[in-house]
Amino acid sequence: MTTIELPTRQRVDRLERMWQPEPGVLGWLTTTDHKRIGLLYFWTTLVLFGLGGAEALTMRTQLASPNNNVVGPSTYDQLFTMHGVTMIFFFIIPMTTGAFGNYLIPLMIGARDMAFPRMNALSFWVFLASGLFLYIGFAAGSGPDGAWFGYVPLTTRAFDPGRGEDFYALAIIFNGISSSLASANFIVTMFKMRAPGMSFNRMPTFCYAFLAASFGLLFALPALSADCIYLWLDRNHGTHFFDVAKGGSTLLWQHLFWFFGHPEVYILIVPAFGIATAIIPAFTQRKIVAYPLIAIAELLVVFIGFGVWAHHMFTVGLPTITVVFFAAATAMVVIPSAIQVFSWCMSLITGMPRFKTPLLFIAGFIFMFVNGGLTGLMFVAIPFDQQVHNTYFVIAHFHYIIFGAAVFPIFGGMYYWFPKVTGKLYLERPGQISFWLIFVGTNLLFFPMYIVGLLGMPREIYTYAPSTGWSAYNLAETIGGYLTAFGILALLGNLVVSYRRGEPAGPDPWNGPTLEWATSSPPPEYNFAVIPTVTSAYANWDVADRERDARNLADGAMVLDQGHETAVSSVADGRFSEIVEMPHSSPWPPILAFCLAMVFTGLVIGKIGLAAIFALLCLVSLGGWHWKEPQEA
Amino acid sequence: MKPGRSGGGLLGLAAVSLLAGCGSNADSLHPQGPGAKDIASLWWWLLGGCSFGMAFVTALLVLAWFRRKSMGPGREPGERAGWIVILTLGVGVMIAGLVALFVVADVFTIRGTEAPAAAATSLTVRAVGHQWYWEFDYTGTTAVTADEIHIPVRTPVRVDVDTGDVIHSFWVPELNRKIDAIPGQRNAIELYADKPGVYRGECLQYCGLQHAHMDFLVFADPPAKFKAWLADQERPARAPASALARRGAQVFTQECQSCHTIRGTSAHGTVGPDLTHLATRTTLAGVTIPNSKTYLGSWIVGSQRIKPGNQMPDITLTNRKLRALLAYLDGLH
Repeated sequence: MTTIELPTRQRVDRLERMWQPEPGVLGWLTTTDHKRIGLLYFWTTLVLFGLGGAEALTMRTQLASPNNNVVGPSTYDQLFTMHGVTMIFFFIIPMTTGAFGNYLIPLMIGARDMAFPRMNALSFWVFLASGLFLYIGFAAGSGPDGAWFGYVPLTTRAFDPGRGEDFYALAIIFNGISSSLASANFIVTMFKMRAPGMSFNRMPTFCYAFLAASFGLLFALPALSADCIYLWLDRNHGTHFFDVAKGGSTLLWQHLFWFFGHPEVYILIVPAFGIATAIIPAFTQRKIVAYPLIAIAELLVVFIGFGVWAHHMFTVGLPTITVVFFAAATAMVVIPSAIQVFSWCMSLITGMPRFKTPLLFIAGFIFMFVNGGLTGLMFVAIPFDQQVHNTYFVIAHFHYIIFGAAVFPIFGGMYYWFPKVTGKLYLERPGQISFWLIFVGTNLLFFPMYIVGLLGMPREIYTYAPSTGWSAYNLAETIGGYLTAFGILALLGNLVVSYRRGEPAGPDPWNGPTLEWATSSPPPEYNFAVIPTVTSAYANWDVADRERDARNLADGAMVLDQGHETAVSSVADGRFSEIVEMPHSSPWPPILAFCLAMVFTGLVIGKIGLAAIFALLCLVSLGGWHWKEPQEA
Repeated sequence: MKPGRSGGGLLGLAAVSLLAGCGSNADSLHPQGPGAKDIASLWWWLLGGCSFGMAFVTALLVLAWFRRKSMGPGREPGERAGWIVILTLGVGVMIAGLVALFVVADVFTIRGTEAPAAAATSLTVRAVGHQWYWEFDYTGTTAVTADEIHIPVRTPVRVDVDTGDVIHSFWVPELNRKIDAIPGQRNAIELYADKPGVYRGECLQYCGLQHAHMDFLVFADPPAKFKAWLADQERPARAPASALARRGAQVFTQECQSCHTIRGTSAHGTVGPDLTHLATRTTLAGVTIPNSKTYLGSWIVGSQRIKPGNQMPDITLTNRKLRALLAYLDGLH
């Protein structure tokens, strides 16, 4: 016995040494550890969520009563623009892919890091810089005020002479760089870094969701970036992509924007599906119903999402045949959505559901998603869409989707993986209370919006007359807004208190189905002492496999302790193919992100020289980046 | 609302609430024309179908809630998995079929709410959205008005929707669906009112600072009354009738004509609305305040307080000049 114990200890020590991070702040600045990057994403997006939420609450306070004077029209217009841009580009996407995806995907697929660890760090630092860029503009009085969809010609220089829309266009391009890097990284990670034996049909559904979102982003973002480049050129360099008088097109902006914008909606929500399909098996202790259909449905939602963009444009006067085509394409989304909803419900009914806080959030999510989904389905009735388009009915619909369906699972996921990340258990009863506050709050906040929408209340108005009959609904919405905010504070408070005083969680408090529960909480830098071998989609429930991992550690098989190493597998079957040396910590990602930020700063203040100098420095830092590549193993 | 506050703006808003309270709403669920009626009935069907779906899923969740702890442990999907998949697929296909039906049904409603062909109607009105008011030109006549449109009742009216600057959207919820006003795009919509009345219209595309105050009113009148109104609007402006009003006309020439038109005078400005028959309108500034001497006066000297950011600057006038100007404008029937 002791003869085996000793080498095991030695091997773990060797791994600890190999994966030792730099100490202190420097360690965080130069980190390439996907878990640290995930946490950096988490804290940054949480701050941005707070800002976006404060913007929303200010708007709700202004609308609480008719002819209110909390903010004027100019401030209000900036608030709703910043709220939309923040929540979509700087909260949900980076929170799901950046924080959840980064932290969890390598753990779930049994890898030691992302495929490109330094690029992963770069995507975080670029994201942080783009967020600072936008908010520095806002704080300096140059907040964009053309709404998150930035329709031309309202956002062109002629109608919006300030710097706000330049900040908008450049911040979105800047942020897009981060999202594109992250997406490419996720795709390669999920294709090549899966543990031996994890063929595609054994990859957790959570990963399928993030794969779908990554592909979606990679294909949708170019349209948006092109659009923003055109806008910036039109505003600053005399081009006329959108100037009808000179042969440009107003609708070009809308087509390109929504060609991104609609897939984007599904990109926001698909990771939430993934979180739901991770939580449901853990709290029902049963495999998810129809695993292959779920995996296909997650991919299909995003795929169909690329064919529906013009349903945002039913009132611009498109030919009837076009409108009907896009309505029919939109209707098709119901198929993968219904498959998933019924699979979740059937898993709950035929399993052994324990309604702990994470599962409560998932049940709430199903309710909110079906609600928002069904009202979305109503837009397939084209004349009805044309009736309620741009009213609060639409606001209600997409907040049921984007808050109810995309954010509820984020909250559920925060509770679910809290023990994994911190090693502590959260407080269950306060957790459930926070759920009910948020659930009641959001319904009070968003449901009356359906009604005021039908009563004719337009979106993006800073005030309304008492005669409209909208006052009572708006007051209820505002109360709901504050209730929701209170619930979110309760949630965060719970996590803070639990972090300080929570019970130790142990590696696997939920008996979770996937590999992140097979390692300690919090996981070590190298994630797994032994690269696990996988034989099903519920790897942590395969007790015999995990016992074999323990034996492998003792025998020294698949420990990969000869360097900073991880395993690479074949794409489809997940057969072990080689061992690769991973890069260590690197100072270049934050340096490159800083240089990029200076390029964008130069562009926004019109100092092309400054931009050019820092563009050169970007190339220099790329040179430094590649100077010392890790050795081939 | 803080009624204690002084200032024309707030008082004006309080007054318009009374004014708009009697009859003109933007309620798509109380349709007053065939287009809006078709859409409203479509909505009630949709609500019925979707409520059923919502109730079904909620029932499944409630069922799960009551089955908690009642099941023995078992990770395998087991024998029932087969029929669950079939059920899931079946329900999915059924819903898809229903949706397909909706799409087909749609096409008929689209036809019913579509704009009539050009020249197929006895009356065509051109609606031009401006930041932030609506200009209405009666095609084939010289009549031009702003923010208030009159149509004959029980007559299809084609509205050609256009813009003078950014994108706006023309919507009279009680009569028909909306259509956008887009640079370089020719769009149209039908208005048809079943009975005489005043219907509220709104701009439904965010168009800048005062998007919130870009409403308009549709007056559906009996045909004879409409005819008389239109004939009246076609005439050039009445000459000022009193010495005070004549002085007011001079003030207008100095202060206002660079932006406003009064047909039959030297005023040909095109920045703001045509004021030829200003006194026949019931509201001002995008249905923001009633059109009375008091409100008009406070608008002229302090429009930026009432509708911050609008294109009209606050005009500094002596009391005498203001009284004269108001006397002149009051005579523009």
